[in-house]
Amino acid sequence: MSLFKVLDISATGMHAQTVRLNTVASNMANVDSVSSNAEDTYRSKQPVFQTILEDSINQPASGVRVKEIVENQAPLKMEYNPNHPMANDEGYIYRPNVNIVEEMANMMSASRSYETNIEVMNTSKQLLLRTIQLGQ
Amino acid sequence: MADSIFGIHEKALQIRTLRGEVLASNLANADTPNFKARDVDFRQALQQESDRFSSQSLQMSKTSGQHLGGESLLSTSDFLKYRMPTQPSLDGNTVEEHVEKAQFMENAMQHQATLEFINSKISGIRGALKGE
Repeated sequence: MSLFKVLDISATGMHAQTVRLNTVASNMANVDSVSSNAEDTYRSKQPVFQTILEDSINQPASGVRVKEIVENQAPLKMEYNPNHPMANDEGYIYRPNVNIVEEMANMMSASRSYETNIEVMNTSKQLLLRTIQLGQ
Repeated sequence: MADSIFGIHEKALQIRTLRGEVLASNLANADTPNFKARDVDFRQALQQESDRFSSQSLQMSKTSGQHLGGESLLSTSDFLKYRMPTQPSLDGNTVEEHVEKAQFMENAMQHQATLEFINSKISGIRGALKGE
């Protein structure tokens, strides 16, 4: 019964979106973690999604997984603040390249996609139950 | 035997299930770069399935009367098609969530209708067996 496969596919979708929500949470939590050099500064993390290609070519439906989590290579924010305890010899501190607005949008998109997968699961569950009840 | 009882609805149920699977995978991959949304051409799939079972030439030949009849799985190559997006996105993903959601719901309703047909067929046969 391949309706069970729908549940598997939606579960992979939910897992991928959870990872995305986690990276958003991590980015948001670290938005103010300053440091005194560019290497130690937190960089915004973004997950890259990939379709799970099954071994069989005839497989029409496939789930999704997180291929990797990449660090955003956009330039860090340098700030001249000589009084800051983390300031380096030139008086600069480095702030993470986290864009709060982007992260908020990401968070909303991830939670909406998560909800969609739950809806698909719920509908499939109802169909499965009705199939089990056939002839009763 | 089951084929003659449920008629076209058995095939329809299989194709609806497959379509549900394809649409669920579209929705799961809504944020995957370069993913191309797909859908099942239901009319073509049903046509192909019923042709396959009605034409004798495609049946497996049995060399002994004790052999079981072979029943192959759905072959999806012909009626699985790619969706044309109305608004292309930058990352090459062609999933439009509202479209996929609507299609999934529609498919679920039709799936239920098919189940309902099979159900009434079963109760009809049961009634006949009981002689009510």
